[in-house]
Amino acid sequence: MSPILSIKNLRKAYADGFEALKGVSLDIEEGEIIALLGPNGAGKTTLISTICGITMPTSGTVTVAGHDILTDYRAARSLIGLVPQEIALEPFEKVINTVRFSRGLFGKPRKDGVAEDILKRLSLWDKRDSQIRALSGGMKRRVLIAKALAHEPRVLFLDEPTAGVDVELRKDMWQIVEQLRADGVTTVLTTHYIEEAEAIADRIGVINNGEILLVEDKEKLMGRMGKKQLYVQLATHLTAIPPELAEYDLTLGNDGWTLIYGYDTNSERTGITKLLTDVAAVGLQLVDVETRQSSLEDIFVSLVKVDAEDAA
Amino acid sequence: MNWSAIRAIYVFEMARFFRTLAQSVISPVLSTSLYFVVFGAAIGSRIDEVEGVSYGAFIVPGLVMLTVMTQAISNASFGIYFPKFIGTIYELLSAPINFLEIVMGYVGAAATKSLFIGIIILITSFLFVDIQIAHPFAMVMFLVLTCISFALFGFIIGIWAGNFEQLQLVPLLIVTPLVFLGGSFYSVSMLPPVWQTISMFNPVVYLISGFRWAFFGVADVPIGLSLLAIAGFTGLCLTAVGWIFKTGWRIRQ
Repeated sequence: MSPILSIKNLRKAYADGFEALKGVSLDIEEGEIIALLGPNGAGKTTLISTICGITMPTSGTVTVAGHDILTDYRAARSLIGLVPQEIALEPFEKVINTVRFSRGLFGKPRKDGVAEDILKRLSLWDKRDSQIRALSGGMKRRVLIAKALAHEPRVLFLDEPTAGVDVELRKDMWQIVEQLRADGVTTVLTTHYIEEAEAIADRIGVINNGEILLVEDKEKLMGRMGKKQLYVQLATHLTAIPPELAEYDLTLGNDGWTLIYGYDTNSERTGITKLLTDVAAVGLQLVDVETRQSSLEDIFVSLVKVDAEDAA
Repeated sequence: MNWSAIRAIYVFEMARFFRTLAQSVISPVLSTSLYFVVFGAAIGSRIDEVEGVSYGAFIVPGLVMLTVMTQAISNASFGIYFPKFIGTIYELLSAPINFLEIVMGYVGAAATKSLFIGIIILITSFLFVDIQIAHPFAMVMFLVLTCISFALFGFIIGIWAGNFEQLQLVPLLIVTPLVFLGGSFYSVSMLPPVWQTISMFNPVVYLISGFRWAFFGVADVPIGLSLLAIAGFTGLCLTAVGWIFKTGWRIRQ
């Protein structure tokens, strides 16, 4: 199946020369939830803005269900819904009218059933005749989502949907995204909360300095997190792994003072006992033993750090 | 053509007009009534006639034009500037619409509002003075064209403006003086020769003169020139809008 969203070598340089996107390529499959993780200023919002038509790409192509976002923008954009990061709403408009406005803007005939369904789902139906300025911050965020869904898009972009949102509303948002997935809506969300990506995404992309550093299934990433490392500190300094220990796929760390052994906590046998016995058999004396577990946060931080070092 | 989007923008903008109907209608009606009292009754009683028309009636076309021009500009400029200011412009930019449709929605609504107010002013003036319209068709044409062209001009100002100060700058510093000096309250022929010549560089003179001709059949400048002026101004605004459309100036980075 061809991807619903295909980004190829997308670049964006602003007039002042700042390069916000440096050749981003990414395919997104229909129905998946992908989280783009990255620090502030990584290019997450620029990426979304470019796909949605708010900024113009410098080069590269983006297609939505095969429609190019520049040459076939009407077809492409009508498939996309965007929830921006900042709350931007006409304060004096009524909730129901602003949702109808959004639907009309995207070229769809008025359908009250759709608006009602969306508002009910977002717990906004009771507030439909309220002016937006009378709503709380959390409610306003829901209105933004309602507007983005008003034309029944197939791809939904959520730009930091839970920034500055309380725990309860955050959980609600996740639930909404989960429901949308059941309807077959593809969701792309940006976040810098790792737990958010862990909670709802199928795939996780890490973006920094305008580049995608990694895109991987969450399960695989979690698998990596399930891996632990055993650090064996030695009394003697090694220049190479002794051939007797070759089967363990060890690495030398700390300039030869430490043996590092990776193992999977989920497997039946971790091999630790045998390793340590063999290490003693080779005649190496142990000073200390330590285990470490990598989390998504570690993976993220190390990726971003390596990237920063490369840039320097 | 995404007609649904044009309608959505139009309805949205008109809704704002009706939300603030009292201030949208009462303030122009009140200020026009004041003009009638001051210029028509108080001063006008000392000036019997201008080019065969009673002074009270003579200022009606100018007053309608004055209101229509300022209303068209302020409504259109505010209409497009406000989404930029509060950030809701993101929705216009991400929607499957082109710039022409955005312009038609906003300019159409602003032109409608100013036409509506213009008609109210006209009706108000009937309460004060007795006027007859010599060329009704031309009158309507001039009124509608002025509404559209000045709404276009206002739209351009709204796109250009980076803050509220700039939004007020052009209407306040350029348009109001041009309209006041454009013969709203007098005939250009009443001016000293030097000022008559200078007035010929004021585009508003041609518009008011043409509009007045539609009422009374008398004009400061030939009616053909007036038509040319309004057509030229509309063309200029359309060209500017077309250029903005092509370059994405101040809208899309």
